[in-house]
Amino acid sequence: MDVPAREVIQESIRNLYYHVSMWFSMMILFTVSVVNAVKYLSTNNLKYDNLARQYAVVGIVFGVLGYSTGMIWASFTWADPNNPASASFASIAKDPKLIGAAIALLIYFAYLVLRDSIEDIDKKARISSVYNIFAFALLFPSIWIIPRLLESLHPGGEGNPALNPKDIDARMRMVFYPAVIGWTLLGVWIASLKVRMKNLKEKTFYK
Amino acid sequence: MIKRIILSFLLLICNYVLFAQDMATEMRSNGKIYIVVAVLVTVFIGIILYLIRLDRKLARLEKETKDSSLNK
Repeated sequence: MDVPAREVIQESIRNLYYHVSMWFSMMILFTVSVVNAVKYLSTNNLKYDNLARQYAVVGIVFGVLGYSTGMIWASFTWADPNNPASASFASIAKDPKLIGAAIALLIYFAYLVLRDSIEDIDKKARISSVYNIFAFALLFPSIWIIPRLLESLHPGGEGNPALNPKDIDARMRMVFYPAVIGWTLLGVWIASLKVRMKNLKEKTFYK
Repeated sequence: MIKRIILSFLLLICNYVLFAQDMATEMRSNGKIYIVVAVLVTVFIGIILYLIRLDRKLARLEKETKDSSLNK
């Protein structure tokens, strides 16, 4: 499959199918998680709390993978160690998009810490559901709004990263959208495995 | 075990960043296609390590289930 020729990134534009779809899947999984958290709060059914927790964990895994793949990509495109004039790695690490994504992920790490620190099952479910909504709300300023207001090396500052027609074209979309669906379904599958495992564990525990 | 897995994953990532200088020419050859390879390998290893962790948890659960059914 041919890709559009772009200056600095060249063939590494194909990372779009991996790095960018990781973040898309993370966003979808976090959305599923927060929907389940709201459902728990309105029904008090622990089933939804379990779903919310497992989807959040898999979302975090995808987020970490998106972050580490972005790290590799950035270290060979933004920073060129052979060229003294180009930015050093330390200076690109200050990029608002990187910091925003790190904050969003750290807030979700805190979700897991908060959950595991509460013993009482109902209290744990209620407090972590409320925190889940808070964490989801903070995703928007930290990864959607603030990085777009500040100058950044990361593409997508003036619109949508990954969907900008200046960055990709129809040939790439043909691969990119199925890739997003595929990675998301992989995440859903892992999350459903975790949900079933947790259910089994609970059953053994109460027997 | 979990700590070891996470640590090995982090070290793997550090590898790319720290040795960027040595690998620079190779990674940038052929229109930087090897960056895509590195990214793909990272995603693959990350997901596989996570699934191995899940497998271990499941094995522990299976063992517990077996023990509790024996006690009945």
